[in-house]
Amino acid sequence: MVSSYGCDFMNSEHVAGNDKGKIMLYALSTCIWCKKTRELLQSSAVAFDYIYVDLLKGEDRVQAIDEIKKYNPGTSFPTLVIDGKAIVGFREKEIKEALG
Amino acid sequence: MENDYPEPSPEEIDRLYSRLEKEARQGGYNLNSDGEFARGLVKGLLVNERRYGYQACPCRLAADDKIADLDIICPCYYRDADVTEFGACYCALYVSKAVLKGEQKLGSILERRPPKEERQKLQPQPEPQSKSLLSASVAEPRAGPGTLKLSVPVWRCLVCGYLCGRDGPPEICPICKAGKERFERFI
Ligand code: SF4
Repeated sequence: MVSSYGCDFMNSEHVAGNDKGKIMLYALSTCIWCKKTRELLQSSAVAFDYIYVDLLKGEDRVQAIDEIKKYNPGTSFPTLVIDGKAIVGFREKEIKEALG
Repeated sequence: MENDYPEPSPEEIDRLYSRLEKEARQGGYNLNSDGEFARGLVKGLLVNERRYGYQACPCRLAADDKIADLDIICPCYYRDADVTEFGACYCALYVSKAVLKGEQKLGSILERRPPKEERQKLQPQPEPQSKSLLSASVAEPRAGPGTLKLSVPVWRCLVCGYLCGRDGPPEICPICKAGKERFERFI
């Protein structure tokens, strides 16, 4: 289920599923709202990538934070980017709508 | 992306959960009654303690620098305001009475912590000896000695607002258990 994938990051993990556009989840491994977001994506059976920013070190972490800032200047988690549009926080309804 | 720490054991999680639960009750706070949810966050606190040496908020990215993260050591400086406004702290480890009783529903909570750049502007310059309390909001007492005649200074807990008059802040806050480095000189 998880494998490295040529997304924005060498570090992101890919989850296979139905193609609903480019979906990237920036998350923290300790955050329960991030976990809920990931579970929602998984149960929706969409293809997505995710990255646990707290597990990144050095340059990788800096790069990830820069990337998140483009969508969410406050760099809070989870930040879910669907086709260039960000949903910040576990907003179940919005996420479901965005996934169609 | 490999976990860089040994997983906390279920016993450790239970122990911290029980302690926080008891302390919350004593201080007039409530833990989220969804035990599995709360335990997940407690596990995050233990993981962060291993990683950073302090229990940084599980739902925020810690800087691995205790001074920079003083505001997000659990319980964070933002808990009380969020519980009042949204019925829960940012992570929803702590909830309001109304949420506990099921009278208020939990929604997504906006991040109250200012972005890094703003926090740096708010950080006071370190001061010599005991006045250096690294408070994120107030470096100088709010009222000068000319305004009030006090035999001892007044210290304020930056987490819960507890006030006490004594020579220095207490080792830990009797209400919310914040350490003395998270007190500011109030008067
Ligand atoms: S009190 Fe603050 S630090 Fe603790 S879990 Fe809640 S939001 Fe995180």
